[in-house]
Amino acid sequence: MAKFPKHKFVIRGGRMIDPVQGIDEVTDILIGSGKIEKIGNFSKKNVESLDVKGLVVTPGFIDMHTHLREPGREDEETIETGTKAAAKGGFTGVASMANTNPVIDNSGMVRFIKDRAMQGGYVEVFPIGAVTKGQEGNELTEMFDMVKAGCCAFSDDGKPIDNSLMMRRALEYSQIVGKTIIVHEEDLNLTSDGQINEDFISTKMGLKGMPSIGESTMIARDVEILGFVGGKLHIAHLSVKESLEIVRQAKKRKLDISCEVTPHHIALNSSCLVTFDSNLKMSPPLRSRKDVEVLKKGLQQGVIDCIATDHAPHALFEKEMEFGSAPFGIVGLETALGIVYTELVESGILSIAELVEKMSVNPAKILGLGEKTLKEGSDANITIFDPNKEWTVDVKKFVSKSNNSPFDGWKLKGKGVMTIVKGKIVYREGEFQKLASL
Amino acid sequence: MKIKRKDLLGIEELSKEEIETILETSGSLKEISERAIRKVPYLRGKTVVNLFFEPSTRTLASFSLAEKRLSADSFNLSSSSSSVLKGETLLDTARNLEAMRIDFVVVRHSLPGAPHFIADRLEASVINAGDGTHEHPTQALLDLLSLKEKFGTLEGKKVVIVGDIVNSRVARSNIWGLTKMGADVTVCGPPTLMPYGIEEMGVEVSFELRKAIEGRDVIYVLRIQKERQMGGMLPSIREYIELYGITPERLKDAKEDVIIMHPGPINRGIELDPRVADGKHSIILGQVTNGVAVRMAILYLLSGGQSGEVSEA
Repeated sequence: MAKFPKHKFVIRGGRMIDPVQGIDEVTDILIGSGKIEKIGNFSKKNVESLDVKGLVVTPGFIDMHTHLREPGREDEETIETGTKAAAKGGFTGVASMANTNPVIDNSGMVRFIKDRAMQGGYVEVFPIGAVTKGQEGNELTEMFDMVKAGCCAFSDDGKPIDNSLMMRRALEYSQIVGKTIIVHEEDLNLTSDGQINEDFISTKMGLKGMPSIGESTMIARDVEILGFVGGKLHIAHLSVKESLEIVRQAKKRKLDISCEVTPHHIALNSSCLVTFDSNLKMSPPLRSRKDVEVLKKGLQQGVIDCIATDHAPHALFEKEMEFGSAPFGIVGLETALGIVYTELVESGILSIAELVEKMSVNPAKILGLGEKTLKEGSDANITIFDPNKEWTVDVKKFVSKSNNSPFDGWKLKGKGVMTIVKGKIVYREGEFQKLASL
Repeated sequence: MKIKRKDLLGIEELSKEEIETILETSGSLKEISERAIRKVPYLRGKTVVNLFFEPSTRTLASFSLAEKRLSADSFNLSSSSSSVLKGETLLDTARNLEAMRIDFVVVRHSLPGAPHFIADRLEASVINAGDGTHEHPTQALLDLLSLKEKFGTLEGKKVVIVGDIVNSRVARSNIWGLTKMGADVTVCGPPTLMPYGIEEMGVEVSFELRKAIEGRDVIYVLRIQKERQMGGMLPSIREYIELYGITPERLKDAKEDVIIMHPGPINRGIELDPRVADGKHSIILGQVTNGVAVRMAILYLLSGGQSGEVSEA
């Protein structure tokens, strides 16, 4: 039997978990012409079938926060290698951040990303456009034109939108296209020269701190602006308990606000920073134990909508530096599922259905990508993973071009087995196939 | 006793026993600097590089003399005279030096963790001569030696460290060292120069100098960098002097036999009045003398020497 059957095949015997339909049952899925043709227990002759007994079958995961580094830093990652890492990690799509070089701030650049993804990608790429030209915070981008070209949301991620008037304009103007503004919340005055969270650890290590208020005060500001002018606001990589409380209150006010956390802000905390390991340097920084506890509660209570990787590849020669000289960020696509499953599902904080909501349903909703479900007739974007698979992270085996991960050597439970994009198997047990190659 | 470590990177990770071993060895080696021929052969054939990426008078001179008095071969490299100016990384610099076969690298660097970073990647022993605002272990050890000479033991002694705590590696290393040796430590300075959560290091925090120096055995004065004012951390040097400067008038609130210490370089007339710096309470130059002994001890112990063997030489 071919590793990659074409056109029509049956996924047989898997545990289908589809939170949109409220389904959790063992069933077969017939896939054909890129769609889910049929659900149920059936025997279909003359159609190849793939046995997935014991595995979990869910709507495809979307990573709504990925840095693909192309164009500009193709030595660190490309659309090809980044989407390959995504496919391996169980993602059927990624939203690519706009802080490339040059910045994705016009429709031509959006088309470039789409074209490159079409030619060489393994999973779908949804380009996020910059809010301001060159991400300089001075002038809005042509949001309407960029959305026509395929842009799914807007963000100056990597930088905050410092000027509150610009933030107001962005939330106002984006209402023409009905798209979400994704914000990296950081008051650069409060965090200037900061390296790690400001707490006892930063004091002890003599590293300049990035205080929690550097994040929370900006979120408070933007919630007020959102309340005043409307629009859709999504808080990227929320990391402190104070921020969570502000978002909780904003949701009570029925504002259109959502937020994400990263797997690393759940699995690690600032006290992991005992060795000046630059793979523990990211922005926002690893926060306190108390913050992590509160974030887990926030996920459980649904205040936190999404889990997103903030996959940030960096060249080894840049990352293997004195802590203060190393860039911020870590890769995450290939470890996200294992980390999330181990830290949140195994520990009873989230059910698998809730995990699917936070890694598939909600990101798609926020990015306007339609309903993520396995209903008959919907696009066959499917993640199949083994919840019982125990494995050890080995950064040398990453398919990403970069291996700046703090999780090397970690023992995790839960691993992607097969990733299906629009009815095409792009990843199956260690082997890959490009979207365009079929 | 031996020290079972490749490197000396900070006081935080040292045990009380290790500190005692270093101080005891320093005490024995101190006498060498008082001889007519100030040299012993303990490190003969060993090579030491002093890699200084920040300016230094005392620490560099002190390490150099310690190395020479132990008969090591040593030389100095600074960022302004090395290929660092051409963009060579710290790691490449260190690896190239190691390729020439060296035994010790003494590093001073503006970034916290820089010595740790190369220590993990070199076979040579790395000694931290000050890394950013993190640690300055040899300074703390020479301070501990000076206090031990004065008091015999540090158990229960009351020490107040005054000034720019947040930017001070000397404060951090001394807090670890003093608390491990049983002293009672208070830090005193303006709130803008007090790092977040410092209490967790086992110290008390005070913003009021008068109360903080009352009944203290030791006032450890830190240097105020004049440029700090620019960062908005202080409204003026003038007001700092009024609030936290150590003057003879201030000392009226202190114990009669209080000891004044300072790691140098002193800003005379700012954090420390010249009359106090040069007065009867000051042991500042004694600290400097002890610096050589402590650095000799560290080089000796890290190269495998034992604390009891020194006196036989």
